[in-house]
Amino acid sequence: MRHTIAVLVKDHPGVLARVASLFTRRGFNIESLAVGHSEEIDISRMTIVVKGDERVLEQITKQLNKLIDVIRVKDISPNNSVERELALIKVNTNSLAARSEIIQTVDIFRANIIDVNSQIMTIETTGTENKVNALIELLRPFGLKEVVRTGKIALSRGSATATGLKNKPNK
Amino acid sequence: MKLTGAQIVVECLKKENVKVIFGIPGGVMMPLYDVLYSEKSIKHILTRHEQGAAHAADGYARATGKVGVCMATSGPGATNLVTGLANAHLDSIPLVAFTGQVPTNLIGTDAFQEVDISGITLPITKNNYVVRDVKNTASIVQEAFYIARTGRPGPVLVDLPKDIQLAQTEFKYPKSVSLNGYKPTFNGHIQQIKAAAQEIGKAKRPIIYAGGGVISSNASSELRDLALKANIPVTTTLMSLGSFPETHPLSLGMLGMHGTPYANYAVSDADLIIALGVRFDDRITGKLDEFGSKAKIIHIDIDPAEVGKNVLVDIPIIGDVKKILERLNEFTLKKKETEWLNTIKNFKRKYPLKYISNEELKPQYIMETISKIAKDNTIIVTSVGQHQMWAALYYKYTEPRTFISSGGLGTMGYGFPAALGAKMGCPEKTVICISGDGSFQMNQQEIATAVNNHFAVTVIIMNNGCLGMVRQWQELFFDKRYAETTLNGNPDFVKLVEAYGGTGIRVNKKQEFYSALEKAISLNRFVLIDCLIPKEENVFPMVNPGSPISKMIGVDKL
Repeated sequence: MRHTIAVLVKDHPGVLARVASLFTRRGFNIESLAVGHSEEIDISRMTIVVKGDERVLEQITKQLNKLIDVIRVKDISPNNSVERELALIKVNTNSLAARSEIIQTVDIFRANIIDVNSQIMTIETTGTENKVNALIELLRPFGLKEVVRTGKIALSRGSATATGLKNKPNK
Repeated sequence: MKLTGAQIVVECLKKENVKVIFGIPGGVMMPLYDVLYSEKSIKHILTRHEQGAAHAADGYARATGKVGVCMATSGPGATNLVTGLANAHLDSIPLVAFTGQVPTNLIGTDAFQEVDISGITLPITKNNYVVRDVKNTASIVQEAFYIARTGRPGPVLVDLPKDIQLAQTEFKYPKSVSLNGYKPTFNGHIQQIKAAAQEIGKAKRPIIYAGGGVISSNASSELRDLALKANIPVTTTLMSLGSFPETHPLSLGMLGMHGTPYANYAVSDADLIIALGVRFDDRITGKLDEFGSKAKIIHIDIDPAEVGKNVLVDIPIIGDVKKILERLNEFTLKKKETEWLNTIKNFKRKYPLKYISNEELKPQYIMETISKIAKDNTIIVTSVGQHQMWAALYYKYTEPRTFISSGGLGTMGYGFPAALGAKMGCPEKTVICISGDGSFQMNQQEIATAVNNHFAVTVIIMNNGCLGMVRQWQELFFDKRYAETTLNGNPDFVKLVEAYGGTGIRVNKKQEFYSALEKAISLNRFVLIDCLIPKEENVFPMVNPGSPISKMIGVDKL
């Protein structure tokens, strides 16, 4: 079973290492990890996709919560969230036939061609993981030169948020 | 007025009421040591190895309940602290370690004596810091102490680059700590406490399984109230020995791999296990799915991550054990019927702890003798191995913080420096360190620290000339192939301690031990008693790893 969790962390040096090393030493597997700034200053948001049953997920959540730099951990259920991934795909375009077929495929997927020369095209796509996978598989026969994926990012649907933090002093 | 980073650290230590630091100076720590040199309210104990400093701070923390403080320079000084930090981490002991670091402009250049100690200690500290701006020094040190002692306690490391120690800023000690990523729960959920009270009311065969959390939250008297009020027998882990008086009829002593037969039988038979400040370690549970398989489990712990980690729990209560027990004890808990207590009495009568007592100087006899002579508040500190188990089984602990031992990490060499730390914290109490000859040699350099600081500690070496616990396993599970467990070339420990200016006594015979111990305690100085014990003596009962704890070697079958 795969889970997507949002982890809000203090934005300072070493925090990524803390989170990553926790996964390694507790034997949890990370499928993907995306990090960037959140809506609040000094707080970064990680989106981590992990594999495991409910018990593993519970342990991951609790262990993450123990890290002092982790402010909040939220399980983002796939049924009630929007998820996207960005990929850049550099593909061979040796023949004219290939070229037009690739352009058609890109159109069907509503992807964009963002770089081109006589040998290659670089395609940008966003979407669910399945969509990105499907596009990559269709392009594979032409010869993939390079693929880079951001890993999944996700937000809960509607007005539910993982944040809403206020600085409260400890007792 | 502006202060240097080093001055700020020392001012913070004073604010945190630190009275003693264990450590060793070095290149990049000189600014801080220079400030300490003229600071009269803080005593610095110079150990002979940084590992000794970390263990001494740990022993100090366990004996007093205060935060222990140790210090080391960068590079090798810092890495020498690592074992001590891991040891404190696994046993949830509050420590703050300060390490020196190369100046910030050299960090990352493989400078002389540079290591990334923050990275190295990431998995073995509760949190750690590199001070990169002198302005943050005060708040970081304050946070370090706050995090070390609150919630589930643990070690925190603060890395101090040399230029930060020398840089100046205005000193302001923040009024309070505010960390939005760290808010431990102290008060248990009242509905859960109520549910626990109901289960206790219904249970026919309840047992309390008390762990180190009872000691760290100072909940011994609340534990005693609960047990006596409802007539519930109590078994303790190694970490919790002394939290419930072993002289009381409800006490079952220690459970687990080398637990008492009656504790292990009682836990296996119970219909309700009240687990207090424990983590269901493999040395306690044996075969996990058979541990307490007939029982409902109430688990009270301050660390939510411990609940449901190893066993599934029926009633979890997150919070401070002391606070929760106070509330729980407010409920009317009826005295249990006598049937279960009779069963337990029978277990105790039929399956007592036993060993073959003869003319030889047996380790069990040593512990029984100490138990007879020593005052209730005597602190017993052990290293790790067979001697540790004999010390746990054959001495009656009656007060909390009187048994100090390396539990989770199983650190040989822990005992001796920890005993010095305990004595530093409790100078009025008798401190006896029980060690093996193997363990003692892992930190024997601290004899110098003991003699030089006039630590009136008695060290008893149970000297069997081998790495006894490993030898025992080789005998039982490796066809008596004693690979590398004979300690040929052991020193003459009496001469060794005399070379440092301490007192050494050798005991060869059983009848000599009593007077040697009396003499050692009455001398009121550092004394080492080298007891030559039989190599063949093993620790029983024993549960084979992976077996259920009701299946013990060295005990008649039920």
